[in-house]
Amino acid sequence: MSDNQKSMSIIVTKGTLDWGYPPLILATTAAAMDLQVTLFFTFYGLALLKKKLDLKVTTLGNAAMEMPMMGMHMAMPNLIGAMPGMDSMATMMMKDMIKKKGVASVEELREAAVESGVRMLACQMTMDLFEYEAKDLIDGVEYVGAASYIETATKCDINLFI
Amino acid sequence: MSTVLDVKGLNCPLPILRTKKAIKDIAVDSILEVLATDPGSVKDMEAFCKQTGNELMESKDAGGVYTFKIKRKS
Repeated sequence: MSDNQKSMSIIVTKGTLDWGYPPLILATTAAAMDLQVTLFFTFYGLALLKKKLDLKVTTLGNAAMEMPMMGMHMAMPNLIGAMPGMDSMATMMMKDMIKKKGVASVEELREAAVESGVRMLACQMTMDLFEYEAKDLIDGVEYVGAASYIETATKCDINLFI
Repeated sequence: MSTVLDVKGLNCPLPILRTKKAIKDIAVDSILEVLATDPGSVKDMEAFCKQTGNELMESKDAGGVYTFKIKRKS
C-alpha cells in the first residue's frame, strides 16, 4: 500500500441474496477507485465465500420488502411468507429482476472483487462454529481472528459493518 | 483517437467497473468515451474521475443515453 492510497474495510455479517450486494458493490467500486479494500467475513457472511453460491432471500420479518408486481408494489404477509416454497419463489423473482434490470450477479461481483485484489478475510472462529472447511470456500481467503481485522481497520480510512 | 465503451442497460456498479477496466487498456492521455443509461452514472463518473485522478472532459445527456469523455491521466 502506498502512503497516500486510501483504504476501506467492511465487516460482512450477512449471507442472503439481498444483503450480499452492499459489501460487494462497495468493495468492487472502491477497488476501481484505487482504494485498498479488505472484507472480513464473519457469521452468515461466510456464505458469500462458498465456492458454489446458492444465496436465497426471505420475505420473513422484512416489512419494507415490496416486490414490483403488475404496476404495483406488493408486500408479503409473514404468515404467507412462512409457507413452504415461498423463499424459493421470492429468490426466483429477485434473480429475475436482477437480470432484467442489468444488475450484476453476486457471482460476477465477487469475481470482480477477487480480480481487483480485494483482500478476503474469513473469521476462523465462525469456520469452527459452523463446521465449514477451507476447501468449501474460494481460494485466496486468509483465515484470521478479530485481532487481524482490528489491526487492518486501524489503518483504514473507511470502516463499515454490514 | 478515442475508444468507445458501451455500458447501456447496465446498472450500478457495473458502469464504473467496466470503465475502470477499459481505462487501464488505453494509453495515458488518450480518451475513453463511455455510453450509459444508468442515471446514477452521471454523478458516479464525476466521483470516479475525481478519486482516480482521470479527467472527465465531457458529460452529456442525449435523451436518456449519457455520454462521458474521460482522459486517462495516470
